[in-house]
Amino acid sequence: MSTEQSFTDQLWDFFCSLKLAIVTLILLALTSIIGTVIQQNLDPQEYIQKYGMSESTFKALNSLQVFDMYHSWWFLSLMGIFAINLICCSIKRLPRIIKTVREPVLVADDGLFRTFSNRDEIVASGTLESVRDKVAAVLGKKFASPVVTEQDGKIHLFSQKGAYSRFGVYVTHSSILIIFLGAMIGNIWGYKAYVNIVEGKSVNQVWPRAGKEPIPLGFELRCDDFDVAFYEGGSRPKEFTSDLVVLENGVEVLKKRIEVNDPLSYKGLTFYQSSYGPAGDPIYRFQVKIRESGVTVPVSGQQGRRLPLPDGSSLVPMGFAPNYQNFGPAAQVNIVQADRKQGTPFVVFKNFPQLDEKRGGDYIVTLLDADQSYYTGLQVAKDPGVWVVWIGCLLMVLGSMGAFFLSHRRIWVVIQPLDKGVGVKFGGAAHRNQPAFALYFDELKKDLNDALAS
Amino acid sequence: MTSSLFFNITTIAYFIAMVIFIVYMTSRNSAVGFGATLICWAGFAANTLAIGLRWREAYAMGFEQAPLSNLYESVVFFAWSILLIYLIFDLKYKQRSIDAFVIPFAFACMIWAQWGLDASIAPLVPALQSNWLTYHVITCFIGYAAFALACGVSIMYLIKVGKEEKSAEESPIGGLLGMFPSTKVLDDLNYKAIMVGFPMLTIGIITGAAWANYAWGTYWSWDPKETWSLIVWFIYAAFLHARFTRGWVGRRAAWLSIFGFAATIFCYLGVNLVLSGLHSYGGS
Ligand code: HEM
Repeated sequence: MSTEQSFTDQLWDFFCSLKLAIVTLILLALTSIIGTVIQQNLDPQEYIQKYGMSESTFKALNSLQVFDMYHSWWFLSLMGIFAINLICCSIKRLPRIIKTVREPVLVADDGLFRTFSNRDEIVASGTLESVRDKVAAVLGKKFASPVVTEQDGKIHLFSQKGAYSRFGVYVTHSSILIIFLGAMIGNIWGYKAYVNIVEGKSVNQVWPRAGKEPIPLGFELRCDDFDVAFYEGGSRPKEFTSDLVVLENGVEVLKKRIEVNDPLSYKGLTFYQSSYGPAGDPIYRFQVKIRESGVTVPVSGQQGRRLPLPDGSSLVPMGFAPNYQNFGPAAQVNIVQADRKQGTPFVVFKNFPQLDEKRGGDYIVTLLDADQSYYTGLQVAKDPGVWVVWIGCLLMVLGSMGAFFLSHRRIWVVIQPLDKGVGVKFGGAAHRNQPAFALYFDELKKDLNDALAS
Repeated sequence: MTSSLFFNITTIAYFIAMVIFIVYMTSRNSAVGFGATLICWAGFAANTLAIGLRWREAYAMGFEQAPLSNLYESVVFFAWSILLIYLIFDLKYKQRSIDAFVIPFAFACMIWAQWGLDASIAPLVPALQSNWLTYHVITCFIGYAAFALACGVSIMYLIKVGKEEKSAEESPIGGLLGMFPSTKVLDDLNYKAIMVGFPMLTIGIITGAAWANYAWGTYWSWDPKETWSLIVWFIYAAFLHARFTRGWVGRRAAWLSIFGFAATIFCYLGVNLVLSGLHSYGGS
């Protein structure tokens, strides 16, 4: 029984210790490096090629979950130890802190004085009361108004500042636990999925990244239109947008144009613009002038089809580029003669209708329009824990600011009659940032000396 | 009136400030020291103006983006942040001589940016066009700058403490070292700078997460840059806990601070130049 007791005690002390906290922090920092050096979640084949590792090395590392280390049992255990450490440490310390704040020690005995690294004594002249008033005035002006206690012919003064800053650390520490909680909620009840929607079509389910079964949305999502704009003189997309419509039982309930940094959210789901691509072949519209006869005709049709021209030949659209070599939309076309003889493919531009005349061919082709329909690629995220994470983040910022920039500083003074004059013994402590307090205490010492000398 | 002219002026001002500070520390002439501080302010003003002009130039080219879009712009912004933190510390703590160990970081940034980096203005890809990016970069860099100052101060601490121990019996140290703040003050400044840097880095990581969540739907994806910022954060958290609760002050704190800044620099540059990831600075 007693050994059992001591074992739980030991365990408790282990999880309360700050050494453990520092060791865990450093271990987390060191082990985190692994995943930044070895790319995570590649295919086995890629590892063997990319890092030139043998099959057996791969197997060994894989059994240690090095290739998905941030979700490995050992990394998660480290995080778990970290969290338990925080909880135990807080449980152990919090009651004492509450007591310190609620019931300050008003009378400092010699034992307490000996623990102060900042202390001094001054011998002053005058009566106990006059000295008390002078000291109280200095404290009130430079620090905080003191609580005065008279006991055994001595006068005790106690002043404190920033007592509540002691809780800043606890706010910071619980914020870490709140963030963990939010991440857990997201992992358990959330998911990541994707869906492609062809312009004009709608979907009612999405495909999770891990897993094969589609997840029903419970509503319908339609893409009315997709657009991509390019930077001038380049094929880098500047922005791409999709016009999305949410339908409940066939009734439109929400409409939004989304772009890369501006998603649509509905019923806890968020739809992000992430990719796009062509859906099927484009439909072309051309104008063709036959040089010999001067006849001009409009023709239109799909890619790869032969679009007949009046003289028995035909025009074949072969390909489309939305921004060909920075000259805007262009189509590659070919002419097939009546006897099925093919010509050489050539390119025509929508923005430069005159250009093809200079080519000197028998047919002058002008691209009027090409209607490429697209699909829009959406990422779908459901994360019910994200708000918990943001609340944790906010508390962390507020808590750590409080913990850093405020400190609980306390000063005790004992005024007692001596054989000659009045003895003023004073000392103080800050619950953190002692060097700064030491400098501050030196200032205060000067002020007290000045006040008592006068 | 182009940004590049003012970037040149900035570089020259930081160089002159560095030289004059060395003169100040040897001559102990406070007028010289005051002059050097003025030049720091002038350099800071030129740096600010240059960044502002570059912003306008990008807008004139049709790119609506803050001047924090590539490695060049981030490096000159880093120089700016270092000066910002230094000048605030100078106003508040009036320890002029730390300049000699802080301005070189800013000067090195400017020299590297101007001689080694591509200064052309290029548009951002859609995924990076967001106000969150701006907040993220600003807070991170102010954090990094505070860590740079902490590192500079720690180097001074180690030099001074080493000399003090050697010449303990002899007369008080004179010369350059005599102008250093006391080791107590240096140690305190180290802590103070980290106290500014740590919450800034925290906010930087959070705004980065908010940005990723907004743009990609995940606030944390363990990409190398994110992970390294967390590593840096862990190191400084360890610094604070070791200092505060285990009494790691002085020499050990100084070393930890230098070590933390090395990790910071790796997070900022090494990840892009050595490792690969989602973040776009560097390679391009
Ligand atoms: C990365 C995670 C952590 C962060 C961001 C953090 C943050 C902080 C901050 C800002 C302080 C105040 C430091 C100062 O005053 O200079 C502090 C103090 C402290 N931390 Fe942490 N902490 C973390 C993890 C932990 C863990 C795991 C423990 C485990 C026991 C712990 C135990 C303590 C203790 C005991 C104090 C002193 C509290 C007091 O009595 O005033 N911390 N922490």
